[in-house]
Amino acid sequence: MADVTLIVDGKKLTVPAGTLLIEACKSTGIEVPSFCYYPGLSLQGACRMCLVEVEKMPKLQTACTTPVAEGMVVTTESDKIKQARKSMLELLLANHPLDCPVCDAGGECELQDMTFKYGAAESKFMDMKNHRDEQQWSPVVYFDRPRCILCYRCIRVCGEGMDVWALGIQNRGSSAIIAPNKQDHLECEECGMCIDICPVGALTSGAYRYKTRPWEMKHTGTVCTHCADGCKTTLGARRADTGMQIVRGDNRDKSGINGDFLCVKGRYAFDFAHSDCRLKQPLVKRDGKLVPTTWEQAFELIASRFKQVLTTDGPAAIGIIGSNHTSNEENYLLQKFARLALGTNNIDHHRTADFPAFASALAGKAEATASMRDVHNAAAILLIGNNPTEQHPLLAWQIRTNVRLHHSKLYVVNSYPIKLRRQAASFAQIAPGSEGGFAQFIAGSDAAADSIVSPKLSREALAALRDALKQETSLVIIFGSELRGNDVKALVDFGLARSAKFICLGDYSNSRGAADMGLYPDMLPGYGPVASATTFHTDWLDEIPATSGMNLLQMMDAAKEGKLKALYVVGSNPIARYNIDPFALSKSFVIVQDMFLTETAKIADVVLPVANAYEKAGTVTSTCGDVQILKKAGDFAGVRTDFECIVRIAATMGYDVRKLVPFGGEGTRADMGQSRGAQSGEADRHAVWLSEHNLEPKMSPFDPSAMLDEIQRLVPAYDISRLSLLSGQDVHTQLVQITGATGLGHPELVLPANDTLFTSGTLGRFSATLNTVMERYSSPVEPEMVAGYDPAARQGP
Amino acid sequence: MAYLVSHPDEVKVVSRRFGLGAANLDRYLELDGYKAVQKAITMGPDAIITEMKASKLRGRGGAGFPTGMKRSFVPKQSPKPKYVLCNGDESEPGTCKDRLIFEHDPHSVIEGVMIASLAVGAKTGFIYIRGEYRYLVEIMERSVADAYARGFIGKNIFGSGIDLDIFVHSGAGAYEVGEESALMESLEGKRGVPRIRPPFPAVVGLWGGPTVINNAETLASVPHIILNGGEWFANLGTPRNGGTRLFCMSGELERPGVYELPMGYNLKKMIYDVSGGMIKGKSLKGVVPGGSSVQILTPDEIDVGMDFDQVLKAGSMLGSGGVVVIDDQMCIVRFALRVARFYQHESCGWCIPCREGTDWMKKTLVRFHSGGGVAKDIDNLKYLAENMLGRTFCPLGDAAAMPIISYIQKFRKEFEDHLDGKPCPYEKVHEAALV
Amino acid sequence: MKFSDQLEQRFAAMVTHYPTKRSVLVPMLLYIQDELGALNDEAIHEIAERTELSELEVRNVISYYSMLRTHPIGKYNLQVCTNVSCLLRGGEEILEHCQKKLGVGNKQTTADGLFHMEEVECIGACSWAPALMLNYEFHENLTPQKIDELIDGIRKKEHQ
Ligand SMILES: Cc1cc2nc3c(=O)[nH]c(=O)nc-3n(C[C@H](O)[C@H](O)[C@H](O)COP(=O)(O)O)c2cc1C
Ligand code: SF4
Ligand code: SF4
Ligand code: SF4
Ligand code: SF4
Ligand code: FES
Ligand code: FES
Repeated sequence: MADVTLIVDGKKLTVPAGTLLIEACKSTGIEVPSFCYYPGLSLQGACRMCLVEVEKMPKLQTACTTPVAEGMVVTTESDKIKQARKSMLELLLANHPLDCPVCDAGGECELQDMTFKYGAAESKFMDMKNHRDEQQWSPVVYFDRPRCILCYRCIRVCGEGMDVWALGIQNRGSSAIIAPNKQDHLECEECGMCIDICPVGALTSGAYRYKTRPWEMKHTGTVCTHCADGCKTTLGARRADTGMQIVRGDNRDKSGINGDFLCVKGRYAFDFAHSDCRLKQPLVKRDGKLVPTTWEQAFELIASRFKQVLTTDGPAAIGIIGSNHTSNEENYLLQKFARLALGTNNIDHHRTADFPAFASALAGKAEATASMRDVHNAAAILLIGNNPTEQHPLLAWQIRTNVRLHHSKLYVVNSYPIKLRRQAASFAQIAPGSEGGFAQFIAGSDAAADSIVSPKLSREALAALRDALKQETSLVIIFGSELRGNDVKALVDFGLARSAKFICLGDYSNSRGAADMGLYPDMLPGYGPVASATTFHTDWLDEIPATSGMNLLQMMDAAKEGKLKALYVVGSNPIARYNIDPFALSKSFVIVQDMFLTETAKIADVVLPVANAYEKAGTVTSTCGDVQILKKAGDFAGVRTDFECIVRIAATMGYDVRKLVPFGGEGTRADMGQSRGAQSGEADRHAVWLSEHNLEPKMSPFDPSAMLDEIQRLVPAYDISRLSLLSGQDVHTQLVQITGATGLGHPELVLPANDTLFTSGTLGRFSATLNTVMERYSSPVEPEMVAGYDPAARQGP
Repeated sequence: MAYLVSHPDEVKVVSRRFGLGAANLDRYLELDGYKAVQKAITMGPDAIITEMKASKLRGRGGAGFPTGMKRSFVPKQSPKPKYVLCNGDESEPGTCKDRLIFEHDPHSVIEGVMIASLAVGAKTGFIYIRGEYRYLVEIMERSVADAYARGFIGKNIFGSGIDLDIFVHSGAGAYEVGEESALMESLEGKRGVPRIRPPFPAVVGLWGGPTVINNAETLASVPHIILNGGEWFANLGTPRNGGTRLFCMSGELERPGVYELPMGYNLKKMIYDVSGGMIKGKSLKGVVPGGSSVQILTPDEIDVGMDFDQVLKAGSMLGSGGVVVIDDQMCIVRFALRVARFYQHESCGWCIPCREGTDWMKKTLVRFHSGGGVAKDIDNLKYLAENMLGRTFCPLGDAAAMPIISYIQKFRKEFEDHLDGKPCPYEKVHEAALV
Repeated sequence: MKFSDQLEQRFAAMVTHYPTKRSVLVPMLLYIQDELGALNDEAIHEIAERTELSELEVRNVISYYSMLRTHPIGKYNLQVCTNVSCLLRGGEEILEHCQKKLGVGNKQTTADGLFHMEEVECIGACSWAPALMLNYEFHENLTPQKIDELIDGIRKKEHQ
């Protein structure tokens, strides 16, 4: 659009036509106060806080609804404006309880801030305030009417943003009130977006209410550890008996790929971290019972058993199962430990998507994977399979936002009428199980049509859809785990021919990282075959076993036959996930690293209590390939990181840990900054420079950044900007397969997690919040919630 | 059924057929019915709008916007359908004129909607009538059905090749819905919350299509303008204020009622002459000349011609045509309280200044009127109203603030006389209660 | 849920008048209320379904309009205007008289379920004040005697 020049407070500025005055002001650093204006949501003009003077207009104008015009002369600060703002606050406060000292929002309340700024604290109002009791609307949502300033942000974010439309406004005038969809309670997606967006303390969360005050928390920006979308979250922690307890999660600073979005899991299900079921001490099996022991004894026991098996049965008798939740550094370390220290390729993990087939289909093509950011801007999106609303809440949010704000064209192909069909320009309900066939069909196989057509989709419509897709030139293609092997190849070929970008949907917070870091029996990090000569073969200081190892199911079979003498399970619960008879492992020495006594841990011989992603540093890779940094937000007394456990086991076995973790180096001495004169709180410029260049001293083998050095150096596409990572940004990594790779992996081993919006694998079962939510909704929320109103009708000019 | 009155000074245009049984279509046809629309068809859109402009007709809904000009804002080409919407929400306290038109001359409204549709190229017209006026909804529905039955509306009206539908739509109790953008929301089945403007309805209105919104009286004037010419209509009134207007005279008058008088007719004469003056034993304290939303005029301010410009100059507004005459036995504080209660009840609640301001105003006046007032209440009230003024999302906030400011400005002493728990010195129990 | 034939016909005709289904909402709610006495849960569910809205949204709309209600009231709804023109001619005293006569307060229904009483805003009868509405019927230029006759008349008719 053409540009428009206007003058604001004497400053000349040029912005695109159609820009709202409030945004134009922001672009030049002028903050116009606002309550009801919220970028990305429909315009309201309701709070009247943003009133400014526009030359030639007799009345003050709302900057949030006025588009800029050529030659406009605007004043944002004058006595008249100040008085308008002050009186607006006085009016608001007339019916406001002013219970700031006990209000959850106290300290970060927009009303409080404005009152402070415009000095409306002295009240002229002396009559009774309207009162209503506080209500609990759902396991997570509480509402306190007197504090509500009716900015309608909650209604809009729930309706326009979430497409849930669970909040409404009832009555009129001073009786107007925000209302939940079921008269006295809510039935909704429990995302807490409404709470997060509320500028005051009217909507509060059950998780956080009255627990603490904002300034009493320590805030850490890290990454959600539930689904594979990688939402950035700021966790607020406060001291508790067991360590730093996380009490709040949000992304109010809108940093990261998710803006202010978090789903119920990211926002509230951090509570598994201080579940009463957390293991606090290592356990060993004595007389058939798991009893507490010391870390030293546990490591000794593990090391001696590993060594014993290695001498009597050889490395092939040991199996390792890695995790979808542990960090890239831990995953990398684990497979390196397996291959070098134990000498086995018997390593696998719970695969939730066919990443190897995807990597192989892309065949090293750069710029062919889409980041989560791309989903927000793509002109057209094709979604095959999966139900992102339940399984990839952020992805669903991105898609909805793109359709709403940028009119992206969405094609949904699914065997169920998933909720995202409501945003779709085209929804094709294909026959169950025909997602792969659909990929083949659009790639040109007409024969596949027979299996795809359904009572809801005619042959003609199917053909028309293919024709339409062929015309799309900037498509982002997103596919679920329904597509595997050759079907992925067909789809990728179709897309690459029209410069599409792809996203392959796996489940869990680091399933992509687990795959990229080589938790496979036949592939090294970067999907290179174990047998061929890769950089790892030349770089690593020990031999990589040349033959492929056993995959997860083969290991279980071997265990049953008594051939697998030891099994090392890190952050995984195969017994429950693969529905394995616990008896199958009775002949193996089982070591489990976990937070909880899971089904697998229960049958273990040694259990090591470990930290979760919120309690450690490292990096994770989202299903789109967006790498982000984990920072330690909370801690739990007694546990150690998986990283440390692996290193300790190796060390106790007498393995040279320098061969695993490139830490230290000649002459590295500890200088914590003192000699450079850095004071507490002051940025240590030396340290900043060193870490920016990956040169900061790695003082111990427990430092995951030492591992990251190697990952950056050796794993294809992981040579990403350290500075961006460190500053909390997401860095997209392509899915580049190591050269010389062949083979499609094993489609049959892919087992999707099938989580709903309210479940999160084993982890979710230990979240009190998710449990209460699940009690409430015995079945997942019915997606057939009808749109409340047409947001377009209230969009401004 | 509303009662009719008459006075020799009346110039009957809109009320021409009142009392003549024109709700009956045959009777209406005898009284020149549906001639104007046929003429309008032959004139074509541009000529209709030219005639409307020449008539100096200004909106009778309250704001007095020139009707011809409003129509010229409607884009000629529009990808979305255009609409005409008759505003029959009539809820401004003191106003009861549209009611008479719907009751006595329903077809004139239909004809007005038709001509407006022809002028802007709309194919559908809606007549929105407040829910309380159920009997009028029924009359209008019957009249529309009669007109359909004769082929006056529907397909190919009067052989012109033009299709035109008209539907009657009932409200369900909300003053704010009379505000034009809230009216559209209500018609679309929503809460009566106004829309952000611009865009104005003439450009983006009902379901996104350009929409002409006019008051029922405005529309009922149109056929007469088409038949007799814009200039004729203009000459009935004063400069820039064409035609006549239905004035609803209420209060303790000898002959209250709805009179059709030329624009610019003297207010004092309206009270003392046309309406027979105050009932005996009472004298004049003030006049609210245009419905409860406008400023009060004191007895020495009422020698004024009742048109939009002159009343504005006198410090009030012509508004809706509801002339509320306040007698000396009415306490201004009590009156103010009733006005404040109204706006508090009718505020849609969308914006802060109106929602909170009307509530605050009402609470203060309730206390004040019952003897609990303190001196600073008076200034606080005025401060409050002044800070609502011009800052609300729609004009209802102004409508709530303006009268209160004027009461305090002009009758401050009456407020002061209420202080310190003194009983109201003005109020006399109405004789009705004595029985 | 089905409404009376007449109402069903009205609904069927009305939905064709507008480009969106929900546009019938405000008048339809009033007509349904006239038939059922109040907009009960069942009716709200039904209209929500027919207009493709959530029940919440229907309730949002209902609660906005002062004539709409979700709970039944007395058979005869006496709505007394006390707004300015009526106030000037004794509207508040008329209100009080009605309350005394019926023995109920504002927004209350008599024990026999016959009458409901409420104070309302201007009903468009200002030049014939004071005025009230009895259901949809206007009664104007009121005096206490007229009220008594009105109420007594209904009572007599109903007790026959
Ligand atoms: C609060 C409020 C209530 C209104 N009520 C009515 C009404 O009941 N009837 C009406 O015709 N106009 C009413 N109006 C004016 C309308 O907004 C609009 O100006 C009018 O319908 C336009 O028609 P006109 O140009 O023919 O006057 C109201 C305005 C406001 C701000
Ligand atoms: S879906 Fe989210 S935004 Fe909507 S009500 Fe529930 S918690 Fe609030
Ligand atoms: S509850 Fe909060 S977000 Fe919702 S309208 Fe009230 S103040 Fe705004
Ligand atoms: S969408 Fe996924 S990553 Fe984001 S908060 Fe929810 S579970 Fe966490
Ligand atoms: S001024 Fe504001 S609250 Fe009042 S009626 Fe208009 S929009 Fe609603
Ligand atoms: S921010 Fe502009 S009116 Fe609320
Ligand atoms: S004020 Fe009572 S009817 Fe208008």
